[in-house]
Amino acid sequence: MKLVSAIIKPFKLDDVREALSEIGVNGITVTEVKGFGRQKGHTELYRGAEYVVDFLPKVKLDAAIDDGILDQVIEAISKAANTGKIGDGKIFVYPLEQAIRIRTGESGAEAL
Amino acid sequence: MEAQITEVANTTVQLAYALDTFYFLISGALVMWMAAGFAMLEAGLVRSKSVTEILTKNISLFAIACIMYMIVGYNIMYPSDGNGFLPSISFFLGGDNTVEDVLGSGGDVYYSGMSDFFFQVVFVATAMSVVSGAVAERMKLWSFLLFAVVFTSVIYPLEGYWKWGGGFLDADFGFLDFAGSGVVHMAGASAALAGVLLLGARKGKYGKDGSINAIPGSNLPLATLGTFILWLGWFGFNGGSELMVSNVDEANAVALVFVNTNMAAAGGVVAALITARLMFGKADLTMALNGALAGLVAITAEPLTPTPGLATVIGAIGGIIVVFSIVGLDKMKIDDPVGAISVHGVVGVWGLLAVLLSNGDATVTGQLMGIIVIFGWVFGASLLVWFIIKMIMGIRVSEEEEYEGVDIGECGLEAYPEFTKGGAKS
Repeated sequence: MKLVSAIIKPFKLDDVREALSEIGVNGITVTEVKGFGRQKGHTELYRGAEYVVDFLPKVKLDAAIDDGILDQVIEAISKAANTGKIGDGKIFVYPLEQAIRIRTGESGAEAL
Repeated sequence: MEAQITEVANTTVQLAYALDTFYFLISGALVMWMAAGFAMLEAGLVRSKSVTEILTKNISLFAIACIMYMIVGYNIMYPSDGNGFLPSISFFLGGDNTVEDVLGSGGDVYYSGMSDFFFQVVFVATAMSVVSGAVAERMKLWSFLLFAVVFTSVIYPLEGYWKWGGGFLDADFGFLDFAGSGVVHMAGASAALAGVLLLGARKGKYGKDGSINAIPGSNLPLATLGTFILWLGWFGFNGGSELMVSNVDEANAVALVFVNTNMAAAGGVVAALITARLMFGKADLTMALNGALAGLVAITAEPLTPTPGLATVIGAIGGIIVVFSIVGLDKMKIDDPVGAISVHGVVGVWGLLAVLLSNGDATVTGQLMGIIVIFGWVFGASLLVWFIIKMIMGIRVSEEEEYEGVDIGECGLEAYPEFTKGGAKS
């Protein structure tokens, strides 16, 4: 099992969610996050004084998946979240030791 | 037959009295609503951690103003006797006019005494509202409210007496201030400036290297709503100050005051928006909002004699002045989160001078005298009172409390709690 954690542009969330549903990902967890990468921040203006917004708002989505669909998941996210402009985000993949469905006690791939 | 004619005449007089009283009360209610405008404007322009406290200040200062003005303020401003400089002292409100008083006065008594108190009390609350925004986010709540007690019972009423109560500014110098660019707005700003100078800037507003850091307001929709509410309330502020509506001439005058008040605000918005665009490269909303208020303050000293075209220009100049003033005060490290000192003080001075453009009765000496005396008295007296309060109980919250936010420190309550923690544990 793998945990795929993707940082994407917030307005791309719906596209990514649809792309993941199509390939059989049954659940994702979404978090509103802030951060910066190569895009850095941007300047805003308030009452004549400029200020830098260092951390830009992004959405982080986590999906626990079976090893077999990892490539499809990466492709789906990469395609759906791509705008071609700086700040599209990143995908991180972690090995996932265990997953348990709390209601039934099922574990492993059964619980995904 | 003669008895019938007298009766019809008396009924007409009573109806006019009723109409003017009604007009006065409705105008006062509109001005009362300006308190809501100030509350929303200030809530929008401070950070979310200071919103509950600024709202508490706004509603409390309004209540304190009403109580103190009833106890003694109104009687100081409109005394039964006085030497032009010091009024006689009395307490609480007197009785109202009887039918005989009205009919026997030959037209001099044309509205209810209580309606006059009601109209005046909302003005003192307006002046005090100007102060709260300038000292926002760092002043102790109870020190502020203590100042409100002194300001609304003595400091404002005394200078009000000098002008509107028939004191020396009115009688000896011919100082003209129709609805209070000076008596109300500049007075409030003078008290605010004194407070800000003793209080200092918000932590982090000015860098050690002289940089000016933006501290963006938490809710611009609320700030915009507040500005529209103030704009609406101003029709009562200026329109009501005509004091009469019950004949053709007075009705026309009131209509002109409404039109000019509206035009000046419009001129202020457009001028401030363009000025900000030229200076900063962006259309700055908060400057446009301040521009509307600047236009309104500018026309308040004389909304009756200008043509609507001139009123627009007077408001527009106010809108330009306010942008430069806000930037200038920042350069002097005078931190005013909502721009109250610029809008009500600096533009208030412009409004008083603008009377000379259209009112032939105004004199340069009279207007300058009014500006100097009102500023000198209110600024000096306020500085002293703020200083005494600072000595007794302090006026500024601790650095840690300021960082955490005065909402938690002073009120124990956040304005937007759901973003930080859930409800109480069961």
